[in-house]
Amino acid sequence: MGLYALRRILISIPILLAITAIIFTMLQFTPGDPLDAYIPPDQVISAEQRTLLKQQLGLDKPAPVQYLIWLEHAVHGDLGYRIKNGQPVGLELLRRLPPTLLLMGAGMGLGIVLGIFFGVVAAVRRYTALDNGLTLLAFLGISTPPFLAGLLGLYIFALKLHWFPAGGFETPGQGGVLDIARHLILPALILSLLYVAVLMRYTRSSMLEVIHQDYVRTASAKGVATVRVIGKHVLRNALIPVVTVIGANIANLIGGAVFLESIFSWPGTGQLYLDAIDARDYPMIMGTTLILAATILLANLITDLMYGLIDPRIRYT
Amino acid sequence: MMTTTTAPPAVRTPARLAGARFLRHRLAVLGLVLLLLIILLVVLGPLICRFPPDQIDLLARSQAPNPVHWLGTDQTGRDIFARTLSAGRISLLVGVLSTLISVVVGTVLGALAGYFGGWVDNLIMRFVDIVMTFPSIIVLLTLAAIVGPGIDKTILIIGLLSWPLACRLVRAKLLSVRELEFITAANALGASDQRILLRHALPNVIDVLVVFVSLGVANAVLLEAGLSFLGLGVQPPQASWGNLLTAAREINVLESAPWQWMPAGALIVLTVLATNFLGDGLRDALDPKAKH
Repeated sequence: MGLYALRRILISIPILLAITAIIFTMLQFTPGDPLDAYIPPDQVISAEQRTLLKQQLGLDKPAPVQYLIWLEHAVHGDLGYRIKNGQPVGLELLRRLPPTLLLMGAGMGLGIVLGIFFGVVAAVRRYTALDNGLTLLAFLGISTPPFLAGLLGLYIFALKLHWFPAGGFETPGQGGVLDIARHLILPALILSLLYVAVLMRYTRSSMLEVIHQDYVRTASAKGVATVRVIGKHVLRNALIPVVTVIGANIANLIGGAVFLESIFSWPGTGQLYLDAIDARDYPMIMGTTLILAATILLANLITDLMYGLIDPRIRYT
Repeated sequence: MMTTTTAPPAVRTPARLAGARFLRHRLAVLGLVLLLLIILLVVLGPLICRFPPDQIDLLARSQAPNPVHWLGTDQTGRDIFARTLSAGRISLLVGVLSTLISVVVGTVLGALAGYFGGWVDNLIMRFVDIVMTFPSIIVLLTLAAIVGPGIDKTILIIGLLSWPLACRLVRAKLLSVRELEFITAANALGASDQRILLRHALPNVIDVLVVFVSLGVANAVLLEAGLSFLGLGVQPPQASWGNLLTAAREINVLESAPWQWMPAGALIVLTVLATNFLGDGLRDALDPKAKH
């Protein structure tokens, strides 16, 4: 396991470097003087100071050198200042990360539990009306973009039925775990839809493959109860490919969270990112892109490691 | 004969297998019909609509659906029906053109990698790996924020980010085709690499590309909708399904004027659903051995 883990970690380093290089290249094409990203906007400085600062920051050097300097700053968490209000980008990102992680974690958890559950139901009741209905719903889930699902959910469950608050993180002056949970449920459920749809399909087909294996028939023939056969013999083996699917969809989860945070006024990284795009706040855009890309990469790495843990055969290939 | 007291797993009788295949097939046919209907509606739009999509009528603002304006009007009195159909032309155009770009880029790189192998393959595929690890929607939004909005830019951005899958599919197909006897025969007859690749090898990838195109268009329509919804894709006054939904970001439109955003939303879902059905059916039909 150690060697396998080490190899996976080593592989993801060049990818992260490539991503930073591309982000840096894109940064070069943004309008305006890159120096402005390093100066708090409320600070007035003279032309001589600008030249001096440029030299200090290495902005007079060729692009590859500048990239290394930028990388060094980024590694130390220094991502420049926001054009909008002069706040350090890194600090603001750190402040907005917890709500996003909460939303994504809840959406992912719900998606995995519901997706696998419905997948098992569809596989056990395969080729019945229930199975076909679930399949159709899964197709609908895959075909509905998260922001549209978010608008519909907000319209139906918050504005018309009043089951949930219409956005926000907590009720002003109230707060508390229960209040946040009440605000969390609707966006988290909507975020989970894509996962539910995709995982259901994969769990179903993966279970159908395992269900015809000899050892499943042996277990059935021995008189093991159906629930136990499905839970212990079929599901456990069927879940192996499902883990990959969970990891492969992390990018979609983050993309969905960005849209849903905007629709539900959820004060997370996604909203910060869209606000930055609206204001063309480039240092902030780049900082968020970097953090989100690194998160996706990390999630992929964790999936790979989990995969090796669940299925020992993987480590040796 | 095996008899069990527990509920036996349903047996895969030929009839059931045929039934399942029939169902899949039926969905694909349904998808095709639905897609053709949408295309017909959208293309014939100007003939059916009683109002031009951009005609402002301040006396008929925010009207609910009525006999004059079938789907109501928006906040400046523009006819929603006309705007939704005009939006469909743009959304489908963006979907098709950006998919064409990704097919061309993906096929060229995939063919080079699959046919020549060795270091060419390694170089191209490592590049594909990197592009595929990218969180595409994030890169898409960031890129769009830098280059600015516009139809042509939206097509280019989506096309240039969607080719890696086509590249992988073409490469995988060519890797297996390369080993077949007729390629060896062509080689033995002294045909040039160029001739073998273009005349003998590449025609075999058409089936994987057909599947990619249908699923790619669905994906591109979704991406365009997302970009335009945020104001980074197709810009008003030109309507697209995505930017029609932007109206719903205002809570009072979302709550009390659902006719302004629901038609565009419904057409996005129907188009993508139909295309997914079609793509699934095509995959089953063209490659019976493939799973899912």
